Amino acid sequence: MKDILSELENRRQDARLGGGQRRIDAQHARGKLTARERIELLLDEDSFEEFDMFVAHRCTDFGMEKQRPAGDGVITGWGTINGRMVYLYSQDFTVFGGSLSETHAQKICKIMDMAMQNGAPVIGINDSGGARIQEGVASLAGYAEVFQRNVMASGVVPQISVIMGPCAGGAVYSPAMTDFIFMVKDTSYMFVTGPDVVKTVTNETVTAEELGGASTHTKKSSVADGAFENDVEALAEVRRLVDFLPLNNREKPPVRPFFDEPGRIEDSLDTLIPDNPNTPYDMKELIHKVADEGDFYEIQEDFAKNILTGFIRLEGQTVGVVANQPTVLAGCLDIDSSRKAARFVRFCDCFEIPILTLVDVPGFLPGTSQEYGGVIKHGAKLLFAYGEATVPKVTVITRKAYGGAYDVMSSKHLRGDFNYAWPTAEIAVMGAKGATEIIHRADLDDADKIAEHVADYEDRFANPFVAAERGFIDEVIQPHSTRRRVSRAFASLRGKSLENPWKKHDNIPL
Amino acid sequence: MFNKILIANRGEIACRVIKSARKMGIQTVAIYSDADRQALHVQMADEAVHIGPPPANQSYIVIDKVMDAIRKTGAQAVHPGYGFLSENAKFAEALAAEGVAFVGPPVGAIEKMGDKITSKKIAKEAGVSTVPGHMGLIADADEAVKISKEIGYPVMLKASAGGGGKGMRIAWNDEEAREGFQSSKNEAANSFGDDRIFIEKFITQPRHIEIQVLCDSHGNGIYLGERECSIQRRQQKVVEEAPSPFLDEATRKAMGEQAVALAQAVDYASAGTVEFIVDGDKNFYFLEMNTRLQVEHPVTELITGVDLVEQMIRVANGEKLTIAQADVKLNGWSIENRLYAEDPYRGFLPSIGRLTRYRPPFEVVEESHVVRNDTGVYEGGEISMYYDPMIAKLCTWAPTRGEAIEHMRNALDGFEVEGIGHNLPFLSAVMDHPIFIAGEMTTAFIEEQYPDGFEGVELPAEALQRIAAACAAMHRVAEIRRTRVSGRMDNHERRVGVEWVVSLQGEDYAMTIDADHDGSTIVFADGTEKRVTSSWTPGDQLADLDVDGEKLVLKVGKIPGGFRIRSRGADMKVHVRTPRQAELAKLMPEKVAPDTSKLLLCPMPGLIVNVAVQVGDEVQEGQALCTVEAMKMENILKAEKKGTVSKVNASAGDSLAVDDVIMEFE
Repeated sequence: MKDILSELENRRQDARLGGGQRRIDAQHARGKLTARERIELLLDEDSFEEFDMFVAHRCTDFGMEKQRPAGDGVITGWGTINGRMVYLYSQDFTVFGGSLSETHAQKICKIMDMAMQNGAPVIGINDSGGARIQEGVASLAGYAEVFQRNVMASGVVPQISVIMGPCAGGAVYSPAMTDFIFMVKDTSYMFVTGPDVVKTVTNETVTAEELGGASTHTKKSSVADGAFENDVEALAEVRRLVDFLPLNNREKPPVRPFFDEPGRIEDSLDTLIPDNPNTPYDMKELIHKVADEGDFYEIQEDFAKNILTGFIRLEGQTVGVVANQPTVLAGCLDIDSSRKAARFVRFCDCFEIPILTLVDVPGFLPGTSQEYGGVIKHGAKLLFAYGEATVPKVTVITRKAYGGAYDVMSSKHLRGDFNYAWPTAEIAVMGAKGATEIIHRADLDDADKIAEHVADYEDRFANPFVAAERGFIDEVIQPHSTRRRVSRAFASLRGKSLENPWKKHDNIPL
Repeated sequence: MFNKILIANRGEIACRVIKSARKMGIQTVAIYSDADRQALHVQMADEAVHIGPPPANQSYIVIDKVMDAIRKTGAQAVHPGYGFLSENAKFAEALAAEGVAFVGPPVGAIEKMGDKITSKKIAKEAGVSTVPGHMGLIADADEAVKISKEIGYPVMLKASAGGGGKGMRIAWNDEEAREGFQSSKNEAANSFGDDRIFIEKFITQPRHIEIQVLCDSHGNGIYLGERECSIQRRQQKVVEEAPSPFLDEATRKAMGEQAVALAQAVDYASAGTVEFIVDGDKNFYFLEMNTRLQVEHPVTELITGVDLVEQMIRVANGEKLTIAQADVKLNGWSIENRLYAEDPYRGFLPSIGRLTRYRPPFEVVEESHVVRNDTGVYEGGEISMYYDPMIAKLCTWAPTRGEAIEHMRNALDGFEVEGIGHNLPFLSAVMDHPIFIAGEMTTAFIEEQYPDGFEGVELPAEALQRIAAACAAMHRVAEIRRTRVSGRMDNHERRVGVEWVVSLQGEDYAMTIDADHDGSTIVFADGTEKRVTSSWTPGDQLADLDVDGEKLVLKVGKIPGGFRIRSRGADMKVHVRTPRQAELAKLMPEKVAPDTSKLLLCPMPGLIVNVAVQVGDEVQEGQALCTVEAMKMENILKAEKKGTVSKVNASAGDSLAVDDVIMEFE
């Protein structure tokens, strides 16, 4: 009997070694942790429960039958993050380079199915050379099985991908369909075709880092939502993100004890808006001063910086924030910022996370590059996302809300629940100068008259009261009381219930 | 007494004057430029008058505009503060012409003392010892070099109308004399509208000690002890104290009497300051007389109990001094630290922007100690590029110098300033510097002790261990809170452990925490125990802790996976991890910062005045590359090493932000 029991331990020992000590050392030498070490850092201590530790591949081609390591290059299971359940898989680069076989894919699919059934997020730690070539089409089929589950799980449970090594070819499409992708600087990359193929086909010379490193994907392509210095930091920050997210689409966002006065007054916000309407200011300061404990988890910090997206808490509960950033491109909407914000709004709406929108938007960015790039359809994504969202929506207009961009930014007309404005707000079709030059075209040659018209227009329209008279603004609030007003607004919306008409699904302008 | 007084100044000194005036029941009028619409002095004053655009030479120092403000408000007296019009005889004359009292000395005294060349002659005649130098005017750079040679290097080139370090240069050779003459002249012209320069012997190893005098218009004059102002950077005072740890009673008396004699030689009537340079043998030489209220006057007020602003107003009102020399008793010790919007990590370059956070320590007046903060800014206010970068003067008083320093250290730890670069860490470093503690500083202190600039403080091991204990206790509180999130799996909650490893400054501190209701007992791997109590909760940016009965104040910020801790001039990344996490963290590679050695980065937001080189030029180490103007100071950026210019990205007139690339080298 004892022998039988110890046989299990022996097998476990063997499985835990993955590709062996030599490969573990090589992994460390690259500045990377092993698949199991990563799980240790991601989960609460001793909370990991493993599935399929002894799964091995069934390939018999190319001599593969001689090497059948337990686990087959991926570790799967569940555990807790601060006591809340998550499912996860972690690819083991020390076993066949983490390559995906039929059985490897089946392990991933198993935990994804369970995650959907039991209502818990899926976190995938990617470190894989790609398809297991020896298995051919079986490996491709495996990918597709995972993809299909990514699609099914989308909007049901949060899905997070952490790229901690190579992720190339078809493999990229699983992370691409998850809610968030995080990368590790210098040790991870993602691309559909690698530098060698690029060289052959297009004659471009490019390194893997330039083609698909963390910097590329966080700054240029927007494929990734964030990048971290190393594995340890990345996993600690993923834990921090999970603290913000609900476990599934049937649950309210999490609440935790907070140490911050919901009625906290911030007098310094009264001077946030500069005297000169063309002078920028940092919208992040407002976010930090509104948030519980000044804590803001920014998503896509390095991309389309003219809009800010991320999570804060108000009275301990998660709130998604979308805010125009006047320090970059005057905070205007353009193709990139619309796409970035639209995706974020839709994530929040999927998972019942209330949305706070902070508005200072002079309009859409003009120009051929924008129009040729399809800013109409991309801008419409954000409009669509706000319009379809049924979660509590609170909006604060701090300064400019001009033209179509006013409508887009969670206006009252898009079923905004609370639409507040600071006294410094200007809600108008456009800036005073542009508007007068159209209305008073006849006086264009007379600079004095135009100046007079501009002054008139500013008096009449460069304020929140015209909109407030019509009820488009529910209340004009003092900047210093923003946290209190916004907190109370969301508190009053805890019971909000709003449904869109039945449809198979909508047809957002992709 | 006057009913209404106008303060022809801004910033902390305007606020300071308003306080005394209000105490005396006098109404106050502030003046302000466009940049100061929302400034503190405007909010504090009973009335405020707008006087023009932001640059001081279009607002605060335009006599006509100030006179208009006086007429408009009916102010009967004007306090000029320091700088601006405070030592401008024309202004005093304009006031006299309209029968408005000038809270300062008579025109004649300003004229005689305001010109550094004349003032030295008068001082000599009044029997005050002076530094050798050239009193005449200097025509051009060649003459400047010739005179410098005659006096013998090192020499100091100074703007005749200057003060506060502006228009001042030290030259150690002909080339520097030439260069210094030009830049002093330019700066003087910009700052004071007077480009006259004079040259004098630069005394090495000197101390700057000044005497506060107070005279009335009835021929009475007293001195209120001295102030030690030796800790200066580029002739700009940073730390002052009273009394001086260097003077003995006899020297103090001799200096005081000479100072009063000088003041009376020019019929001085107001508060004034006679600056001396004192060498190691306590020989003192007259430097200049400042015919105004000095920035550092609070330290004198704190040890004498005299409100200098009140005295100035009374004297201006024609009253006789009620204090005789015999009444002046120096009580205890006072220290002033000047908070500058200057980034010590970037060569003290001016930093402008919005004060996103500004929380000075609580002001305290107790038997045991005093904490006083003279400030002109507030949270949410703007530090503009147009004015002096000094934003506050933090002063402490205690019966002894040691206690005053200790109170200052704590006050600095509790002073929160965010949004701009500032010198708080540097001030903390000075307060802990052995030379300062011993009172043995000279005016060369900063240059000698921080020759390569300031890179933060390396705290001693004992202090690091205290911080490690504090961070572990704070981290534990934060982690326990995280486990209280909703949606957790019943009966399978996370249990926060007791074993932790704190990493800071490259050291790992392994420990166990034994927490109870009152605090945490931390036992380090080496057996050392520390007891930490604190009311800190997550999100607090200032942690007020007690470690083994001693106060520890930390500024706490967030970084990915850890804390940013600032204390006593150190700025540290701190990670608190479980032993296993710490073990794995050790496997992570050290990342090196990108190489910027081939780039010339703009060290501060400012305006490019000129670019001295072109693409293809070979530059030598130390060669001037371009000039950036910020806060009215011209900063010449020099080549750090020999190289060839491969690209120039900026040209004269460009407005640049911090770290913008000005030029690149091959």
